[in-house]
Amino acid sequence: MARQRKLLSVPYYLWMGLFVIVPVLLLLFQSFRGLDGTFTLMNILNYFTSPVYLTMTGQSFLYAFLISALTLMISYPAAYFLTKTKHKQLWLLIMILPTWMNILLKAYAFIGILSQSGMVNQLLGFMGIGAQPLLFTRLSFLIVATYIEIPFMLLPVYNAIDDIDESMTLASRDLGANEWQTFRSVIFPMSLSGVRSGIQAVFIPSLSLFMLTRLIAGNRVMTLGTAIEQHFLVTQNWGMGSTMGIVLIVIMFAVMALTRKRQRGGIR
Amino acid sequence: MIKKNAKLSSIYLFVVFILLYLPIFYLIYYSFNAAGTMNQFDGFTLEHYAELADDIRLLTIALDTVRVALISSLAATVIGTMGAIGIYFARKKRAQGLLLSLNNILLVSPDVIIGASFLLLFTLAGFRLGFYSVLFSHIAFSIPIVVLMVLPRLEEMNPHMITAARDLGASQWQVLKEIILPSISSGILAGFFMAFTYSIDDFAVTFFVTGNGFATLSVEIYSRARQGVSLEINALSTLLFLVAMAIVVGYYFIQKQNTRKKTLAVDPTNHEKAVMP
Repeated sequence: MARQRKLLSVPYYLWMGLFVIVPVLLLLFQSFRGLDGTFTLMNILNYFTSPVYLTMTGQSFLYAFLISALTLMISYPAAYFLTKTKHKQLWLLIMILPTWMNILLKAYAFIGILSQSGMVNQLLGFMGIGAQPLLFTRLSFLIVATYIEIPFMLLPVYNAIDDIDESMTLASRDLGANEWQTFRSVIFPMSLSGVRSGIQAVFIPSLSLFMLTRLIAGNRVMTLGTAIEQHFLVTQNWGMGSTMGIVLIVIMFAVMALTRKRQRGGIR
Repeated sequence: MIKKNAKLSSIYLFVVFILLYLPIFYLIYYSFNAAGTMNQFDGFTLEHYAELADDIRLLTIALDTVRVALISSLAATVIGTMGAIGIYFARKKRAQGLLLSLNNILLVSPDVIIGASFLLLFTLAGFRLGFYSVLFSHIAFSIPIVVLMVLPRLEEMNPHMITAARDLGASQWQVLKEIILPSISSGILAGFFMAFTYSIDDFAVTFFVTGNGFATLSVEIYSRARQGVSLEINALSTLLFLVAMAIVVGYYFIQKQNTRKKTLAVDPTNHEKAVMP
């Protein structure tokens, strides 16, 4: 009886073995190979001693941090207000629908919006500021990446706020707290779990968005993802690319550990 | 005081709403622009749509994309559903946890890592890059999504049903067909939908494993967008937007039929989509 069930999932195990365990091992293995195919520690040594790679990683971190902060600043109030609307589920659905549009098309839209004579510059010209070079700058990367990531922050924060028992806020109001005090000492602390999963959902992809740096930032921004893509597909230095891949995996686990949901006992 | 706050919050929500939809409608608006640029509207035209209809290369790529998406999501649904059943019946809790975390590795890995490691896999195995490498990669990253969608349904299933069916003399196959599959059908369907849309929209993984001879829509859009503005892409985005909306609405209604009050949950993957399981 049990054997038949086991047989049923054999394709799954095979597939996962071939496409999860083997690729990760290959990545690890490749990171110890030099350009000539011999075993070497050069890649890792190079990575951790070269200022180029370290600055790139630092920058990538900084951008991911800024993107997470910006999305949080925009999404948190939106999520909070959303929970107060009538038909909140419908409005939430409408807010996250743009994620179903192909990401490249959204990025492409910004090529038009931010271009020299595009909408934003027309608006700036109208306000008397005059056209600014926007496309292919670091700022444009931040704008577009934030735009793309907003729904991924909005959704978990919304869920966390929506899950708060209404009697909590009522009790707080009964005890004489005003709206702001209720928010600060009841709603905000209880919504932090959503903020954590939002950061998790935004930070890791922000480290690896390579198509945006190419399309929007004109190679002015180098994220870990861009560097990996470049080493694999342009310069063909797979050893170094794999090393950075391993670094990215380590960072991913670190971020996940930092933003992991607290144990249930932590909730009073 | 409260009235004023309500007004402010509606304004804020409205602004966010506009910002989220602006780029999409910007694209659609200029797809009808006779001037051929994305900043000066010179008059209405459908010529970019006509151009799109005549673009054999793009149409072939669109068909290829749908082909990959259909085959990969079907295969992933079958393998993933069987895998979920396997995980559910794994006796030891520890084995179950291990299997689940293995499943999650592929879900949370950045696309770049998945793409690069699959590229390594295919190259070292001497596998030619092209249709099949893309197809296999898509099956691979879709399976965990299916498992994720199916597993909660299995956990909601009443396990006594299986015992009862066995008692009444049902064979293993009958239990699967008559008890298990019907009670998890909504999860299977959701998994299929998600796998399909992930496959259609995937760019990063495909970009790594596609080689020279084969392209999907995302890869093609990327290479065209790098060359600058072409309103044919705008026309294409109008169509893709309509298709995406149709899929969401269809999905929404199908899910609504087997109503279970569930809040939206975040997509735990990094595949750039927000879902409603």
